[in-house]
Amino acid sequence: MLSVALTHRLGAFVLDAAFDSGAGLTALFGRSGAGKTTLINMVAGLIRPDHGRILVDGEALTDTERGVFVPPRRRRIGYVFQEGRLFPHLTVRQNLLYGRWFAAKRAPAGDVDQIVELLGIAALLGRRPANLSGGEKQRVAIGRALLARPRLLVMDEPLASLDEARKAEILPYIERLRDEARVPILYVSHLVGEVARLATTLVVLSEGRVAAVGPAAAIMGRIDLFPLTGRAEAGAILATRVAGHDNAFGLTILRAAAGELRVPALDLPVGAALRVRIRARDVMIALTPPAGLSALNVLPGTVAEIGHAEGAIVELRLDCAGEALVARLTRRSVETLGLEPGRPVYAVIKSIAFDHHALAGALAPSAGADAETRHG
Amino acid sequence: MSALVAFSPAELTAIRLSLLVAFWAMLGSLPLGVAVALLLARGRFWGRSLLNAVVHLPLVMPPVVTGYLLLLLLGRRGPLGRLLADSFGIVVAFRWTGAALACAVMSFPLMVRSIRLSAEAVDRRLEAAAATLGASRFWVFATITLPLILPGILAGMILAFARALGEFGATITFVSNIPGETQTLPTLIYTLIQVPGGDLAAFRLTLVSIAISLAALFASEALIERATRRALGL
Repeated sequence: MLSVALTHRLGAFVLDAAFDSGAGLTALFGRSGAGKTTLINMVAGLIRPDHGRILVDGEALTDTERGVFVPPRRRRIGYVFQEGRLFPHLTVRQNLLYGRWFAAKRAPAGDVDQIVELLGIAALLGRRPANLSGGEKQRVAIGRALLARPRLLVMDEPLASLDEARKAEILPYIERLRDEARVPILYVSHLVGEVARLATTLVVLSEGRVAAVGPAAAIMGRIDLFPLTGRAEAGAILATRVAGHDNAFGLTILRAAAGELRVPALDLPVGAALRVRIRARDVMIALTPPAGLSALNVLPGTVAEIGHAEGAIVELRLDCAGEALVARLTRRSVETLGLEPGRPVYAVIKSIAFDHHALAGALAPSAGADAETRHG
Repeated sequence: MSALVAFSPAELTAIRLSLLVAFWAMLGSLPLGVAVALLLARGRFWGRSLLNAVVHLPLVMPPVVTGYLLLLLLGRRGPLGRLLADSFGIVVAFRWTGAALACAVMSFPLMVRSIRLSAEAVDRRLEAAAATLGASRFWVFATITLPLILPGILAGMILAFARALGEFGATITFVSNIPGETQTLPTLIYTLIQVPGGDLAAFRLTLVSIAISLAALFASEALIERATRRALGL
């Protein structure tokens, strides 16, 4: 449990942020310059805020009013840096065990094996950081932070320096970390796709202030936040389960509260949980159940909210059996169809809109990377 | 040809003394050298540029001036020299220890410069990373900073050693040229050149001097390369 309430001035920039976060992965999301890295550096104790408090599990790590400032080495906050920061003169094994050596309660040897296995770095142990790829470096950096037995793991855009293929290689490991390790994660990112895929809780930061905090799906479905979350990539998150496979056509059927979705075949067992992101720009609106249409996915719902128009474009939030879906239409279509809050409509989504950006989540352990590459 | 390797006892003594003086000059100035280099590389304090100037002074002053200042300060009648002699019975003037001190002062700028450059090249973010992993300041220094600046330390040590071997002006001014006590290779060569018939011996010692210097340089290159590769993890 992390509780943050800070104000800090850096020249003309003022950070004034307060939020609480619990288990799972909390994403600090915002544009570059929003104050994300400054904030987590304060959580890790690398920067002293002008005013405020940082509590982890009820213990004050920073409290300017009471003059409390626990130095970084005593905070037990694992830090995965954007550039990895592996120690170049040590082997991968020595890097991994570095924090363990200083930990008051050392992680048992079994944990080491387990984390090495979880991150898939067993083959790298004897190597030096200079001989690792970017993705391998980040996996080792994650392992190193975990083996110091942190009570909170902070990650500062750990994928930012990697290309798409390397990102796809690491994302499943971070998902496993979120779901299997019992360490809460504070994760900084400016990419909607990454956040939508990973976040349990979302903290939207804008110009040093917290614009919104809440469960990831709820925040992603808020059209008033689109200017902050990025209009072009904006989309709602649906929690789904694999309901079956249509082998004849190479499709997988996913079931959400809102209805069924047919997507290109996924290598997942029936019943597996999957988080799907449906971008607003991939959703069409029909007033009647469409016929003679190639799109396979039609979800019934009602218009819940119509956003403020910007030029020709306007965003809509739909209520589909309690789940939020967002759609991006022209102002003209909204007027022609006579859309207004409360009106029953049908959301139409093409199956091929579900590319590797849209399909992610609790992938089956071994199938994670496979599903990524096949659809990526 | 045999005349080139037939060293007289006085010559052998001078060679041995030179190595001894240079070794202790190098080793004795090492802790202070590392400390000053780190202070200059990282410290932000009043008087930093003054310290920097003082450290570099022996590099630009005439060596005889440095030697004379040492004599004024640490000679038997110098304020510090008298204090050391009266309180601890330590006398450095006209002793081989004084020669080592003169050499240490003269080679100090080279050592500091070399260590400082490598300290400035160390990515301080690695030290922050070590701190988040639970390492105290001492352990960050011992396990991260020190190994990463090791190539610079080695280079500084070898440079200081080589410089100390060649030290002449400050040494002869401070501790004179006493055979068996303060007569090092350069001062013996100087003496031999002054006397008739000393040419051959002078030439012989010149070759020795060149050989030692070359060996030191080759050794340093090899050591530094190995240390650099280790530090960069190659």
